[in-house]
Amino acid sequence: MSTDTQAFTGGFSDPVFQSQSVFRKLMDGMARPGSIHTVEHDAGQPDPLGAAAGAIALTLCDHDTPVWLSAGFAKSAVGEWIGFHSGATITREKAEARFAFAEPGVTPSSFGLFSLGTQEYPDRSTTLVIEVAGLSEGQSFTLSGPGILQSKTVEIAGLPEAFLRLWADNRPLFPRGVDVILTAGRSFLCLPRTTKIVA
Amino acid sequence: MTADLATYNFAYLDEQTKRMIRRAILKAIAIPGYQVPFASREMPMPYGWGTGGVQVTASIIGRQDVLKVIDQGADDTTNAVSIRAFFQKVADVAVTTHTKDATIIQTRHRIPEQKLTEDQVLVYQVPIPEPLRFLEPRETETRKMHALEEYGLMHVKLYEDIAQNGRISKTYAYPVKVDGRYVMDPSPTPKFDNPKMHMSDALQLFGAGREKRIYAVPPHTEVVSLDFEDYPFEIQTFEQDCALCGAHGVYLDEVVLDDRGGRMFVCSDTDHCEDRREHGHVGAMLAPNQEAAE
Ligand SMILES: [Zn+2]
Repeated sequence: MSTDTQAFTGGFSDPVFQSQSVFRKLMDGMARPGSIHTVEHDAGQPDPLGAAAGAIALTLCDHDTPVWLSAGFAKSAVGEWIGFHSGATITREKAEARFAFAEPGVTPSSFGLFSLGTQEYPDRSTTLVIEVAGLSEGQSFTLSGPGILQSKTVEIAGLPEAFLRLWADNRPLFPRGVDVILTAGRSFLCLPRTTKIVA
Repeated sequence: MTADLATYNFAYLDEQTKRMIRRAILKAIAIPGYQVPFASREMPMPYGWGTGGVQVTASIIGRQDVLKVIDQGADDTTNAVSIRAFFQKVADVAVTTHTKDATIIQTRHRIPEQKLTEDQVLVYQVPIPEPLRFLEPRETETRKMHALEEYGLMHVKLYEDIAQNGRISKTYAYPVKVDGRYVMDPSPTPKFDNPKMHMSDALQLFGAGREKRIYAVPPHTEVVSLDFEDYPFEIQTFEQDCALCGAHGVYLDEVVLDDRGGRMFVCSDTDHCEDRREHGHVGAMLAPNQEAAE
């Protein structure tokens, strides 16, 4: 299929209820960092975008939320697909992006180039959706912070090596900072800026 | 019913509005206690009716949810009945008065006595979200105070209150600090309920319609009522037990019985009271009748 026609395929078959379902998982995920959620509905997203990332894009993005894409996504039909189905514009400026989508293995050199919000309006920050190899087995990480009773252990495969360092730089900026959603196929977990991560 | 529903979008709000509110909710959860501005919509009810809470509930609710709505702890007041009826009409969801059966509880002025669970979301209707408003009327200034974590003036005011009254006289909307950072207004709940917000298993969401603010307390998050070493925070205590169910250590409302000064104290949480009575608990008001019947 050509890039053009891929952009028009897919979308939720029942947008009202499917986006509600995905949102509730996102809300639960953000409220309980590290909890694993699985997207049930197919968003029909083009490769190489994952199913959870595609569903999240359709659930949260629209013409008020410029979207940044990593290089691999940017040269695929992903941008046109998100644009067609959500109305969001694709931006090359990280600082403008309300959402950023990154393919596996891509490490942003810094979270600081994305919007971190301001001290007065820390909510105006980018949410990064980063695809990893897996969320069921891999390297162990211990999470703690709001939403977590004592601590929670998660296993993540293919987390970019620089991630922990970037996260360690993000945490002290609070209340500013990016929030992250890690996706792997149909699964995702959320890492709000408040979460502490120890390898 | 299908014909009725067809004239509304599910849960009344259009999808664009829900998306905007949903994004605000996610950021609110990520920044516990911080007030996220949102573009509040006109709702088919007046502002005093909890339009902020209604918009939050409308943005999160799905077909599988079971909704409970309380006003001052009661399910049967006009406000609670109307909001419940609204969601039955526009979202066709199941409703309940039983705290334990609800997945979403929208509230005005109380937190249920029964401990909430991980599977529940508590949505507060908030009239004035800004805890610093009584110190500083300008939004730009209060926002700056939150940004710089400048809460000294707040403490000074509370301490002046102690100097004048011998104690902090605030009995409701008693300010809290969330996760050691943001000072937050818990909405006009009695301070009796403040400890229930601390390390709650349930997610707590706050919606202020007129003031266009959404804020949140994630589960298992520290919520500490502001106080002083020499004047620690204390909740209200009641000498009486509930006259109907005998409950002790719950929030009681005074009910006037007659014009000769007769009065009794009963659970403000009507579901809690009914549940206890169904399980055989009897308060002083009902117990004498039982004895008389013997
Ligand atoms: Zn009672």
